[in-house]
Amino acid sequence: MNYNKEFDNNTEISWCPGCGNFGILNALKISFTELDLSPKDILVVSGIGQAAKTPHFINVNGFNGLHGRGLPSALGAKSVNKSLKVIVTSGDGDSYGEGGNHLIHNIRRNIDITHLVHNNQIYGLTKGQGSPTTAMGQSTTLQSDGMKVDPINPISTAIALGCSFVARSFSGDINHLKEMIKAGINHKGYALIDILQPCVTFNRINTFKWYKDRIYYLDSEYDPFNKLKAFEKSLEWDDNIPLGIIYKEEKIEFLDRFPHLKGKKSLVDKSLDPKEAEQFIEEFI
Amino acid sequence: MNYNILIGGAAGQGVATTGKILESILKRKGYFVFTNKDYMSRVRGGHNFTQIRFGNDELYSHNSDLDIILAFNKETIINHSSRLKDNGIIICDYNIDTDNYTVNKLPLIETAKDVGNAKVFTSVAIGAILKAFDIEVNNTTNLLNKFFKDENLINLNYAALVRGYDMFKNVFTVSEPKLINKDTISINGNQAIALGALAGGVTFYSAYPMAPSTGIMKYLYSKSNSMNILVEQAEDEIAAINMAIGASYAGARSMTASSGGGFSLMVEGLGLAAITETPLVVVNVQRPGPATGLPTRTAQGDLGFVINSSQDDLPLMVISLKNHQDAFYQTIRALNLADKYQLLVIILSDQYLADSSSTIEKFNFDDIKIDRNIAKKNNCKYSDTYKRYEYTDDGISPRLIPGNHNNITVLADSHEHNEYGNIDESKKNRINMMDKRMNKIKLVKKDLIEPEYYGMNNPETLLVAWGSSEGSIKEALELLSKENVSIGALVFGDIWPLPIKKMIQYSNIAKTIISVEHNHSNQLAKLISQELQIKFTDNINKYDGRQFSGYELYKSIKEVL
Repeated sequence: MNYNKEFDNNTEISWCPGCGNFGILNALKISFTELDLSPKDILVVSGIGQAAKTPHFINVNGFNGLHGRGLPSALGAKSVNKSLKVIVTSGDGDSYGEGGNHLIHNIRRNIDITHLVHNNQIYGLTKGQGSPTTAMGQSTTLQSDGMKVDPINPISTAIALGCSFVARSFSGDINHLKEMIKAGINHKGYALIDILQPCVTFNRINTFKWYKDRIYYLDSEYDPFNKLKAFEKSLEWDDNIPLGIIYKEEKIEFLDRFPHLKGKKSLVDKSLDPKEAEQFIEEFI
Repeated sequence: MNYNILIGGAAGQGVATTGKILESILKRKGYFVFTNKDYMSRVRGGHNFTQIRFGNDELYSHNSDLDIILAFNKETIINHSSRLKDNGIIICDYNIDTDNYTVNKLPLIETAKDVGNAKVFTSVAIGAILKAFDIEVNNTTNLLNKFFKDENLINLNYAALVRGYDMFKNVFTVSEPKLINKDTISINGNQAIALGALAGGVTFYSAYPMAPSTGIMKYLYSKSNSMNILVEQAEDEIAAINMAIGASYAGARSMTASSGGGFSLMVEGLGLAAITETPLVVVNVQRPGPATGLPTRTAQGDLGFVINSSQDDLPLMVISLKNHQDAFYQTIRALNLADKYQLLVIILSDQYLADSSSTIEKFNFDDIKIDRNIAKKNNCKYSDTYKRYEYTDDGISPRLIPGNHNNITVLADSHEHNEYGNIDESKKNRINMMDKRMNKIKLVKKDLIEPEYYGMNNPETLLVAWGSSEGSIKEALELLSKENVSIGALVFGDIWPLPIKKMIQYSNIAKTIISVEHNHSNQLAKLISQELQIKFTDNINKYDGRQFSGYELYKSIKEVL
């Protein structure tokens, strides 16, 4: 699949050869191309981790912030500069661990952000410790005798919180992934896309083959608007892992909840006049 | 002439509102009024009080010697009657048990019921206080509009004021008020910061509620609709600062505030603002710590922390607020300096300033300038590949807003990065980027405001203080000057980088140098000693969570002289 080469930059990519992140990077560039977006129209925000290096490897606006804090920075940026298509790219540790609180509350806000979680079920950058999605009992470079805590189910969690767009995809299927990314960007609200992404260096369990043997695609019969069915679907894992849009909900987007912001120009384009505040001085007289 | 009134009771009894109404009446009559609040961190019960001081001269702080105590409960009488002047009086309702205290018992509640609503007993009490000073209650309905929306409530309260006035006697003599009301305002520190933020062009404000900083968010939220700005209650302070940084990166003027505990959570974000060179103003409204400390009390305990509040070195500016005028104008200045140098600017306020209100000259909006320092695309050397961190003569890179220019993308990074914003771990790059950022400290020194000097020329004794201690310092100096004590004081507003000229000048003149700080360890004195090797003769510290009144400070100074 081709993409517009203006999304390329000259930075050396520091991921391991064969890393699932390459597929996600390509899918992003293809999605942007197919949506006819220019680099200046897009902002990719990240925290810290291997996935969070994405802004360095693509020519769009980028904000590589702090570990776990990509979402609040993205919220701030989108809130004032709403013509930007804002994408958050970060890993399972960043999104579900360090930044878990921000995930919960930005789902509540339904801010128009597409959140791609590169979920490799392991910590990559810090070399192989258990992540919030590592399976119970799985041994890691730290927990060599096996994980002692249950993994989080991000899909069930997001549905329970009323996330307006919840999808799962696989970095090994760029075609499916770019369709999910495009749908997420086109969705006006918070779109969480959990992307199964093999870590070829530190996760010897959840390999390309492991995922390929288990994934299946939701068909057109599936109704993502049925919350209870979606929750049921979200519980499928082990032998059958559903890919696709698992849950959708009609919801007013965050900025549209403020009557004075709805349908208006971005706050960055507001002309600033100190005299505008003078009207309030009367209250203090 | 100036008088001090204390209104005290349990949380939920209406102490604050009563104080606010009385304060407004006195101000509108043409007096200078200074009000401070002492309250507990609870919603019901406990003991809260408001102290209202009024007179015909400008007032800078509260005074502990009371002329009137209006007691809503017995505890108020027990706690404060020792502070009553010889001719001072206590007013309370008939039904309050007052033991052996000499008290003016009035039928406040009974009269309120008779007027139509027991709750307006507070207005009956206000009427009685006004009578004690022979200040008429007429023309107050206009003012009651400010406090009550319902016409019926306004009428009830007005009737209660009149009944209270009629039931009491004149006790004190007041001189004719001098002020022309429309030229002055009465505003508290939090409101003044918030109004400064609005005038200074803040369009995005994110914060998590924390006493005593919450008032800033509350005021801004109430104006967000009419000013067309966004005020967002964050899920925690970490989110608050990262949101503000994101908004600033994307081109808006943004701000956040908290108190010490929340500020502690923001610390990693301070570094993010610094290394991404994103302009940011953070307000820390100090309260005593550590940890939860005393949530609703005052302190100047965060100076040392704030100046050093990051891993590794970063450029930042710290401005402390000396008074209510500062709270407004320095907030605007902080926003401009943050943009000018793409700098982190921290404003230090405190609970005393935040919750006290003062009659001051109306703010002047005519001369306020907003300077964003956003570059034009053709200012950048490379029109095709924009370098967010381009090296320039002074180290300030042209800042563009993402999305505004064709073929331009803006990359900001929390790692050490090169001119493009990409991760770069090379030695040369690291040194260049550190030098580029740290040069801002040199640049901002050109904008520093030297501390304010008060007192006589060539003082034998020099007091050194900062922030909101200014009020009590000025008043203490006035008392000492009447006794011909050779003394003066430097009060720092800008505090980091440390302005040094006047400090060097006066330290060469004075024989003794005494620091005055609301903390345990003389944090400013330590900083001055560290930067200038100046030795302090003595230190006056107050760390009980309460502010020095001018008179208290006067006595403390006399003790060490």
